This record gives sequence, C-alpha cells and structure tokens, in this order.
Amino acid sequence: MRRDIFQAIADPTRRAIIALIAIQAMTPNAIAENFKTTRQAVSRHLRILTECELVTPEQRGREIYYRLEIDKMKEIDKWLEQYRNIWETRFDQLGEVLKVMKKKKSEG
Amino acid sequence: MEFIVDKPTKTVTITAEFDAERDLVWDAYTKPELLDQWWAPRPFESKTKHMNFEVGGRRFYAMVSPDGQERWAVQKYTSITPKTNFKFFNAFADADENPELPGSDWDLSFSEQDGKTTVSTTIYNESLERLERMIEMGFKEGTMLQLKNLEDLLAKLLRA
Repeated sequence: MRRDIFQAIADPTRRAIIALIAIQAMTPNAIAENFKTTRQAVSRHLRILTECELVTPEQRGREIYYRLEIDKMKEIDKWLEQYRNIWETRFDQLGEVLKVMKKKKSEG
Repeated sequence: MEFIVDKPTKTVTITAEFDAERDLVWDAYTKPELLDQWWAPRPFESKTKHMNFEVGGRRFYAMVSPDGQERWAVQKYTSITPKTNFKFFNAFADADENPELPGSDWDLSFSEQDGKTTVSTTIYNESLERLERMIEMGFKEGTMLQLKNLEDLLAKLLRA
C-alpha cells in the first residue's frame, strides 16, 4: 500500500499526534497518555506516520522518541499553493472575459 | 481571492469578486462558449464537447495541454437556481465519457452588490485521496504555468 503525507493527516488521532510532537519529540507511552485509545492503537498510528515519513523514531538510551519532520509538512502547503495558483489564473482570465462582455453589452 | 482548505470537512472554498453585474458572471459560468474562454489556466485550453445546462444535464469537456493531451471530465448538474446558485457533481472521465469515481461535489453561489459580483465556490471531496489527486494535478499545471511565465519573461527580455 502506498503511503504518503495525505494519509498521514487523514485521521483525526494522527493529526492530534502531529500537533503533540510538533512541540517536542515524545515516547510512545507519553503520547498514548494523551488519548483514550489503547497503547496499541497509538503504536499503529505512529507506524503509519513513520511509513509516511512524517515522523522519525530516535533511539535515546532505552527509550524511543518520535520526532516530527517539519519539512515534510511543507509539502502540503507547496501542493496547495499550486492549486491556489490555478484558481488565480482562472479568475484573472474570467475577469478579462467579463471585461469584453461588458464592452459588448454597452455597445450592443 | 480567498482560498480556504478545510481538511477535516474535506472541502476547499474559493471566494472571488468580479467587477461585473451578476447576469454577466452567471453567463460566463453557464454558457459553454464563454466557459471555454477562461476555465482552463493558460497554457491549457478548455474544450467543451457538449453541455446541457439543466438539472440532470451535463457538461463534458477536456482540459487540453499545449502538446495536445486531453484530460476529460464530466459535470452533472444536480441543482440550478437561476442567477443565484448551481451545483454539480464533477468526475474525471475517459474520452468516452465514462466517469472515474469518486468525484467531487461543487456548490457555486452568486451575489451582487454595487455592481460587483461575488462568487463562492465550495468543493467537497468524498475522499482525501481525491483531494490529493486534484492537488497533484494542480501541481503539474502549476508547473506548466511557471514555465509559461518564464517564456513570457524571456519574450519580454528579447524584445527589450
């Protein structure tokens, strides 16, 4: 199955995990304390986030800390910006068409 | 232009104001010969094969790339309140008009004040993957736009 950033943010629990570890890297136990779901469920979300390359596990002594890859989050903004550009171009063009229509109407 | 993406509700809302009365803006959105003049971001072109603007009717059109590649889509009108609002279900399609599901639901509202018309477009996507795909396509087209801008800039420099 293909994994990417849009799958990572598709789930509300995963979005909450992202928000949590955006502030500081955390262990799975510390993350799980913030949710009513089971530790296993949180582990599964962390695995998906890792596969999406949005978080990276880091071994520190005996503990594993999950860290957010901020740069990966920027991919979403980059894509959205492109989509936004399309609409701007489209509406600029519509503005031109309307100008011509107005002129025709006033001459009509 | 205001562009808002709300991931939890899977919607994109785009609001824009135009310096024209509502009748004209409505026509620009609902008549194929006018739509084709602006719908595709240059250098793409919009080509409407057929369009029947009534509830249950549809528009079948292609976005044509500069190298002649056609990407077809079909829009089925689900609701029309003349000069005020219309809704359609949009899906990409093959050249034989077979839709590729899932698609997206579009809701367009038109209002006029002091001779200016505001159009609010809300696009709801059944799946986030679809939103992703739409954005991916946008990415490609956006890249094309940048190339076009570069060409324009070069042309200007050459003239100078």
